[in-house]
Amino acid sequence: MAISNGKKSKLIYTFLAWSISGLIFFPILWTLITSFKTEAEAISTTPSLFMFDWTLENYKDVLQRSEYFSHFWNSIVISLGSSILGLLIAIPAAWSMAFVQTKRTKHLLMWMLSTKMLPPVGVLIPIYLLFRDFGLLDTKTGLVIVMTLINLPIMVWMLYTYFREIPNEILEASRMDGATIGEEIFYVLLPIALPGIASTLLLNVILAWNEAFWTLILTAANAAPLTAFIASYSSPEGLFYAKLSAASAMAIVPILILGWFSQKQLVRGLSFGAVK
Amino acid sequence: MGSITLKKVTKNFDEVSVIKPIDLEIRDGEFIVFVGPSGCGKSTLLRMIAGLEDTTSGNIEIDGQDATDTPPAKRGLAMVFQSYALYPHMSVRNNIAFPLKRAKVSEDEIEKKIANAAKILNLGDYLDRKPGQLSGGQRQRVAIGRAIVRQPSAFLFDEPLSNLDASLRVNMRLEISELHKSLATTMVYVTHDQVEAMTMADRIAVFNAGIIEQVGTPLELYNNPVNKFVAGFIGSPKMNFIDVNSALDDATASIGVRPEHLKISRDEGMWAGKVGVIEHLGSETFLHVQVAGIGTFTVKAGGDCDINYGDNIYLSAAPDKILHFDEAGITLSKDQTSD
Repeated sequence: MAISNGKKSKLIYTFLAWSISGLIFFPILWTLITSFKTEAEAISTTPSLFMFDWTLENYKDVLQRSEYFSHFWNSIVISLGSSILGLLIAIPAAWSMAFVQTKRTKHLLMWMLSTKMLPPVGVLIPIYLLFRDFGLLDTKTGLVIVMTLINLPIMVWMLYTYFREIPNEILEASRMDGATIGEEIFYVLLPIALPGIASTLLLNVILAWNEAFWTLILTAANAAPLTAFIASYSSPEGLFYAKLSAASAMAIVPILILGWFSQKQLVRGLSFGAVK
Repeated sequence: MGSITLKKVTKNFDEVSVIKPIDLEIRDGEFIVFVGPSGCGKSTLLRMIAGLEDTTSGNIEIDGQDATDTPPAKRGLAMVFQSYALYPHMSVRNNIAFPLKRAKVSEDEIEKKIANAAKILNLGDYLDRKPGQLSGGQRQRVAIGRAIVRQPSAFLFDEPLSNLDASLRVNMRLEISELHKSLATTMVYVTHDQVEAMTMADRIAVFNAGIIEQVGTPLELYNNPVNKFVAGFIGSPKMNFIDVNSALDDATASIGVRPEHLKISRDEGMWAGKVGVIEHLGSETFLHVQVAGIGTFTVKAGGDCDINYGDNIYLSAAPDKILHFDEAGITLSKDQTSD
């Protein structure tokens, strides 16, 4: 039976989509598989994908180390705390950039974004010294502050893109109706922009959850989140691939579930403004 | 009370001056229409009165008080926008209640005012719907409802009927006029549609390139336009202009005749022409007549006009219906012209 051209191209696209998705997902899959291997199998020079003795030892070991839950808690506090604090700053900032534009607003937005292009290591020494002097090393407060700062440009940009889609006249109407700036933002802007705010929050929770550079440098035992916990399996005593993988899997799972349930929102948030 | 006084008001966007110094006295209770082509500054001036745009120089007084730097919320004015600007996440009831809640009006009083507005504007059945579930006309009514419950000292309308279809526009025009009669509150209404201006206004201000060309009652503007621009803008179809080569008198550079003032004859007249496109509207007929050496004349004739495409006809106008303009386009008074 001949396959029509339309069907053929659909098949090709489907194959391509699956291949690319597979390629992207493969490291995660490999981590998951490795987490069920023994340490010996994990470093075997002839790695096996499925044919090995599956074991839950690594997970048991990770969970037995009592710090797991305290790191988990730190991750929650740091990612949620920095995202909420970030929103509190980014919402008024994006409001002013979207609705009270000046000639220099575009430059300001670009400048903010350019700070994300700077390699973090470039500001490592000053930030480290500031943290040391203010007693913020290895504190959750310190990490919340640094996470807020590094993700703020993205938050402002995302919210700015969302807010630009809201007709200015609606906000002007509220001003004519006697609303103060606070009431205008709280009663009119926020409810209309709620989907955008939710996806901004979500993306930043994910970014903060996965952040490793600053967490590794600025924390030790007290405020270390899961990323630092994972890294602890690569220590002077040796590199424990299987346990490291199990710890990684346990760090990924909560955020994966969150992402799974909110993927619609997230995709809409990331592509917002691209098409009207 | 609801008088608004503009004193030497100007507005610049960067280097561009969009409102040249404007003086205007809007009387308490009057319905004034700002009319003019796109980009003439009429909406900008309305937004300046509302406080949504800063005033570059000059003063805006509301009820005798300087309000130039007063924020919009404190001016006691209500505005109806072209896009309705309803709050999409609120029901009609909450849209109308919004300004009252901001003014800390009691719940009972809010309910009473909503019921009253719903009665006036025929919105009773829609109070619990969201704006997205309403038609254009209903949305515009909600926007007006939101404006009237505040009992503002003046209403500002920014092209409120532009998004409605033709028949609905005529209905809403009447409704707004009736509302003005019953509320007797000052209304400032911006439109580019001169028919809206003529039918609704107590007075019209004709704008052009950031200045007011003339302010007057509709008939004043129709009968005694101060210049060619006003003469051409007021009246539909547009006035016919004829450049005068052989001077009729010393001052006249061009003359203008309204389509409804041209008389048609098969035998004689001031201008001989050939009939082109004919538009039958039922009650009246518009003829486009090609006059050699001058151009196309628009002629308004009766609905039973029996002239056909290609006919040769003559056009003439009574001397007192002909307007004379000088080189600069300023209307010449009767004693400045020789005929």
